[in-house]
Amino acid sequence: MLGTAVVALLQAQVAALPEHRIADIMKPLASPAEAEKNIALFSFAITGVIFVVVAGLIFFTIWKFRRKHDEDEFREPAQVYGSNQIEVAWTIIPVLIVFILIGVTARVIAGVENASPPKDVTKITIIGHQWWWEVKYPDYDIVTANEIHVPSLPDGKAATYLKLESADVIHSFWLPQLSGKTDLIPNRDNFMWINPKEPGVYFGNCAEYCGTQHANMLLRVIAQTPEDFKKWASEQQQNAASAAAMTPPRAEFESLSCVNCHAIKGTVAVGKFGPDLTHLMSRQTLGAGVIDNTPANLKIWVNNPQDPKPGCFMPSLKLTDSELAQVVDYLGSLK
Amino acid sequence: MATIDYPIHQKIEYEEFSFSETFYKWVATVDHKRLGLMYIVTALVFLVIAGIMAGVIRLQLAFPNGHIVDPDTYNRLFTMHGTTMVFLVGMPMVAGFSNYLVPLMIGARDMAFPRLNSFGFWIFLFGGCLLYFSYIGGNGLNGAGSAPDVGWFAYSPLTAKAFSRGASTDYWILGILVSGIGSIASALNVIVTCISMRCPGMTMSKMPMFVWVMLIDSWLIVIALPPLSAAQIMLLIDRFLGGTFFNTQAGGSAVLWQHFFWIFGHPEVYILIFPAFAILSEIIPVFSRKPIFGKPAMVGAVVAIGFISLGVWAHHMFAVGMSSWSNTFFTASTMLVGIPTGIKIFNWTATMYGGKLRFETPMLFCIAFLLQFLVAGLTGIMLSVAPFDWQLHDSYFVIGHFHFTLVAGLIFGIFAGIYYWFPKATGKMMNEKLGKLHFWLFVIGVNLTFIPMHFLGFLGMPRRIYTYAPNRGWETLNLVTSLGVVVQMIAIAIFIYNVLHSVLKGAKSGDDPWDAWTLEWATSSPPPEYNFEKVPVVRSGRPLWDLKHPDDPDWRFE
Repeated sequence: MLGTAVVALLQAQVAALPEHRIADIMKPLASPAEAEKNIALFSFAITGVIFVVVAGLIFFTIWKFRRKHDEDEFREPAQVYGSNQIEVAWTIIPVLIVFILIGVTARVIAGVENASPPKDVTKITIIGHQWWWEVKYPDYDIVTANEIHVPSLPDGKAATYLKLESADVIHSFWLPQLSGKTDLIPNRDNFMWINPKEPGVYFGNCAEYCGTQHANMLLRVIAQTPEDFKKWASEQQQNAASAAAMTPPRAEFESLSCVNCHAIKGTVAVGKFGPDLTHLMSRQTLGAGVIDNTPANLKIWVNNPQDPKPGCFMPSLKLTDSELAQVVDYLGSLK
Repeated sequence: MATIDYPIHQKIEYEEFSFSETFYKWVATVDHKRLGLMYIVTALVFLVIAGIMAGVIRLQLAFPNGHIVDPDTYNRLFTMHGTTMVFLVGMPMVAGFSNYLVPLMIGARDMAFPRLNSFGFWIFLFGGCLLYFSYIGGNGLNGAGSAPDVGWFAYSPLTAKAFSRGASTDYWILGILVSGIGSIASALNVIVTCISMRCPGMTMSKMPMFVWVMLIDSWLIVIALPPLSAAQIMLLIDRFLGGTFFNTQAGGSAVLWQHFFWIFGHPEVYILIFPAFAILSEIIPVFSRKPIFGKPAMVGAVVAIGFISLGVWAHHMFAVGMSSWSNTFFTASTMLVGIPTGIKIFNWTATMYGGKLRFETPMLFCIAFLLQFLVAGLTGIMLSVAPFDWQLHDSYFVIGHFHFTLVAGLIFGIFAGIYYWFPKATGKMMNEKLGKLHFWLFVIGVNLTFIPMHFLGFLGMPRRIYTYAPNRGWETLNLVTSLGVVVQMIAIAIFIYNVLHSVLKGAKSGDDPWDAWTLEWATSSPPPEYNFEKVPVVRSGRPLWDLKHPDDPDWRFE
């Protein structure tokens, strides 16, 4: 009972976090995204000046040299073939601008890419699947999906290093307010880091086309204070309370083919193909963000996942009403 | 053989032919002008088809949670839209304009290899039909057909057998491979024609800018297309012979495909935009009444763009996790392209400076091109900044950027070219009022559609999503984008009506309606099959200027 109360408390904390649904890259809340925003502003300044000058010249030219009606129809204007001095001038100026921009960009690239991880960093391995994210915390022995809990500190000292892998095709990890994207490529390990500076729920998407349900491969980062993160992690390390007792709903679940694809710690369900369900009800959404995780939606999802997420790899198991009720009952207890 | 000195403005009386005779004359033709027109008309047909696909895409995305089409259908739509626009609209436009105009501009009677030319067109059309046949036969005998759904750059391993079942991806490979043979045939033909078929007196330096740009464009095709063909053959080996080049499940490399594809793919975007450069370089001087400013610099700039474009491909791959050195290198090489591109915009502006500008429809499209392409170039600079690209890559910003280059760039150039050379090809003028209406509606539609896309990218909207949830801040901008498409479609309908109406009932244009200076205006409109009764002899880059101004000929200054 106490465990359940703690879980309820934790979920209330997560629900109270501010939601950053509008993922504006111009409102960064982590160091990599801030560096990217600053160089974006720099490139806006340079290209803005170029635009004003060149567009101004073009408008001036077409206004000044439009043919006036009182002009002699047949008199051609002076035939000018070119000027080497002018050509040199408008070659050298862009060359200088480009070299400045290259230099500044090179510094930012090195700053973001070559930053070495501090010692007490949180390490997460993210594995892209068609069309969901597997999230592993090797130091905590936690496996979860689609919603990534990370610690945050206002000074950006709480950094999380992400190792990015793929189980099938190429995906891309993009949390616009935290960092630019990095691809998850099969047979290749990629790395990136984030350090959210405000607690909150950050929204993102898979950014590389990965097949039918690319659109609904959504992503959330739930940034919490380090203490809340620790609490969440220790809760996740436990087996779900209901897993301990063999209840009729659990027996029903274990007798069905759910267990071939899904894992629930402490039960016979050890499938690796779909998301780990050990703490399913601690997540905000189902189907990698396609619907909110409510009891009604859970029933819709288990009944026929092809309805909310057509084309996904979880089939409708054609459960009878009583089987469905039992399974949903059991899954609903996985706090 | 008796040689008769006809005047250069020879009037041709056309005989009446029955429908079957006319049909045969077009199908069996090796005449570069007919083939050029067939390329352009085919491209326009594919433009309308792919445009309708874009319309369905925008209908789906106009509102959140759109479900007009299901996800697989949507994925096929954007794959076919992109593939069609690049390979079946852009590429035949290159071939069509260069086929029609290069021989006329250099005073030749036809291309160097007329039958290869005909082969090129028909193999291209066959490739296009093969791609579209996938809608019927894409799953072979396994049931109803389906088009490819792997995106126009078909990233591996999504194209591996494990992830792309059925035969639709094979239709994508073979359709593009086959139409690519046509593109290479046409490009070789242009190169040989430019080098060996110029009329007496026309040295390389006296070739019109259009011919120069098309020559370099053809070289770029010959260099850039084979890597794609090679990669596609490797993919076929993977899919049918158990190869493991790109099949990651058997240890292949997903990134290798990206390198191959973009070594083709980045030069490809310059291959597509060069015809617009070529067209502008002819139209702006004529409507400014001045020669092109700094022609050697203009030629040099095109050569430089072509050369640099071969070394920038990995800027499409900033997000694959390359080393910081690679990212810096490709940032630098990409920014360098901005320098010759800037030179071109400056020189076009300088050509107008001091002139007497006439604002007929072809010129309006050229001026709009300058401003829109300027925006496209500057957003390109933003994308070349690798850290900024980590945010913008594969977002709607990219969609906005490349539609600005290819619609507000290439398509504006193509329209300018069609309005400008339509009198030459048909002997009829296009309706100027409808032309201006088309122009203004198209400018409004294009900007309404593609400017909001940039901001959607800033708000984190990824490309290629078939639907999106509300409350992500994307609703208004998506709706505006979709409304812009409606305006564009009205503009295109007006254009099509204008073309058909002008062909049938247009005012007679005469041989030289724009008072222009290149050789194609010296022959009749439409030109006879042999182009010129007498092979012309030129002394400068603007032979008709010399003819019209004997007191102040160009060759004195060249």
